[in-house]
Amino acid sequence: MLPLAGLLIRAPWTTLPERLTEPGILAALRLSLLTATLATIVCLILGVPLAWLLARTTFPGRRFVRALVTVPLVLPPVVGGVALLLVFGRRGLVGEWLDTTFGFTLPFTTTGVVVAEAFVAMPFLVISVEGALRGADSRYEEAAATLGASRWTAFRRVTLPLIAPGVAAGAVLCWARALGEFGATITFAGNFPGRTQTMPLAVYLALEQDLDAAIVLSLVLLVVSVVILATLRDKWVGVT
Amino acid sequence: MSLDAHLVVKRDGFTLDATLTAGPGEVVALLGPNGAGKSTALRALAGLIGLDDGHITLDGRRIERDAPEHRHIGVVFQDYLLFPHLSALDNVAFGPRCRGVSKTESRVQATDLLTRVGLSDHVRKKPRELSGGQAQRVALARALATDPKLLLLDEPLAALDARTRLDTRAHLRGHLGAHNGPTVLVTHDPLDAMMLADRLVILEDGRVVQTGDAATITSQPRTDYVARLVGLNLYRGHASEGTVRVAGDFTLTVADAFTGDAFVAFPPSAVALYNVRPEGSPRNTWPATVTAVSRQGDALRIELTGPIQVAADVTSAAAVQLGLEPGREVWASLKATEATAYPA
Repeated sequence: MLPLAGLLIRAPWTTLPERLTEPGILAALRLSLLTATLATIVCLILGVPLAWLLARTTFPGRRFVRALVTVPLVLPPVVGGVALLLVFGRRGLVGEWLDTTFGFTLPFTTTGVVVAEAFVAMPFLVISVEGALRGADSRYEEAAATLGASRWTAFRRVTLPLIAPGVAAGAVLCWARALGEFGATITFAGNFPGRTQTMPLAVYLALEQDLDAAIVLSLVLLVVSVVILATLRDKWVGVT
Repeated sequence: MSLDAHLVVKRDGFTLDATLTAGPGEVVALLGPNGAGKSTALRALAGLIGLDDGHITLDGRRIERDAPEHRHIGVVFQDYLLFPHLSALDNVAFGPRCRGVSKTESRVQATDLLTRVGLSDHVRKKPRELSGGQAQRVALARALATDPKLLLLDEPLAALDARTRLDTRAHLRGHLGAHNGPTVLVTHDPLDAMMLADRLVILEDGRVVQTGDAATITSQPRTDYVARLVGLNLYRGHASEGTVRVAGDFTLTVADAFTGDAFVAFPPSAVALYNVRPEGSPRNTWPATVTAVSRQGDALRIELTGPIQVAADVTSAAAVQLGLEPGREVWASLKATEATAYPA
């Protein structure tokens, strides 16, 4: 709590209104919210099936895959960014192919920001959803199968509604982590205002020039995240 | 529509190896103690576990390699497994929806089925708002909604209290009678089995030990488990000319005369106890020692040891008069006409 209080005490309250209307802030905020949301969607699309595979099936190397999923948690985000560059960079393993085949490059683009954030935030979603799946009674899926439901139908119509709170909690965590992402983003996507400069990057940049601006940016990020997280928590997770 | 199955499932030291058949409209009860493999057999039929060997032929088609969703088998699970996030109506409509029936049509069918099981007032309720008996009916309606070729019920009444159980049993019997295909019912309660099923299949240690209708099973048990279930004393021995040698030199005189390996069964009430060796007609008399006394309905159940272990039922008055208590030595007698012998 102390750092938060410090932020509030040191805030340049007198010049706050004019600082808030600076175009840079709004652009960074919009970019942050957009990329964090897109990253969460990417994590949901890739992470929920992955969590299902980990929780409900056995395949060779499953333990290894599970360990791999948690790697971004322990890896310094900057290292993650470097790894992403090595893979998706213009001379990277996949990046070179993407570039020559589709003329499409990821690094230093808004899409790159989404990829970096999704990479770092994915474990939060997968771990939450896998936990929810393990807690859910798999016999409901068996009951659905005897009623003629394919595995996909059973998952969509029975399992997913049962684990919805877990998925929502995972998505919220994932979104929050993506919103605060710094290291991988700046390494992989750079720091271009309006294109890849998210709020944490803007804060870092401002810190070197104008402490007050950095405090204002931090305050905005803080208020926005608290409001959104509080709303989501009440609405989806059902925890007050 | 009929079922012909040979189920072989091997699981950590346990082997289920059971043959099971059921004709159209026939209700077969799989009865057995806990751990006998009843639920394993049911799950194998439903396709929830694979067979290690054997076959399942339903309606003339081999289905043992089919996935559960392609077997057209309706299952009522022990704790019903109604989908908690769906209303009773949508639970019942789930099956038809999965088989490609439109949303509207499947709801019409579901409403119709719920009305038939007497739950027309509860269609909108979520499973947690239903009583045990109501949930059981929804589960039955849900299983019947797909018009299954085979209906499986796993301990359908086990989760209910005594009063609800009675009503639900009568209700269930009506619906099983209306189902055209074969029904396999798993239970550990002999009363449920006898009330609901046309034929009983007794499973012990993964094997079928006896099969037959309720009357045969209750009068001619073939294992100690079945004998205990139906409350008879049971011995195995060798019969010749109206006597059966059941233990060492000990023989019982019986009403049925044949030669060969035989079972002898008689109810505890057929055993009379005396302080001194009785004179006269009963030819089966032997000295015995009381090992335990317990209440059994109106009578007292006396467990005795001697040449054979035997249970006897006597009135409370007789027990007092004889001073029956563990350790007491008495004479036991059995009328030959009350002991049934049948080939083993």
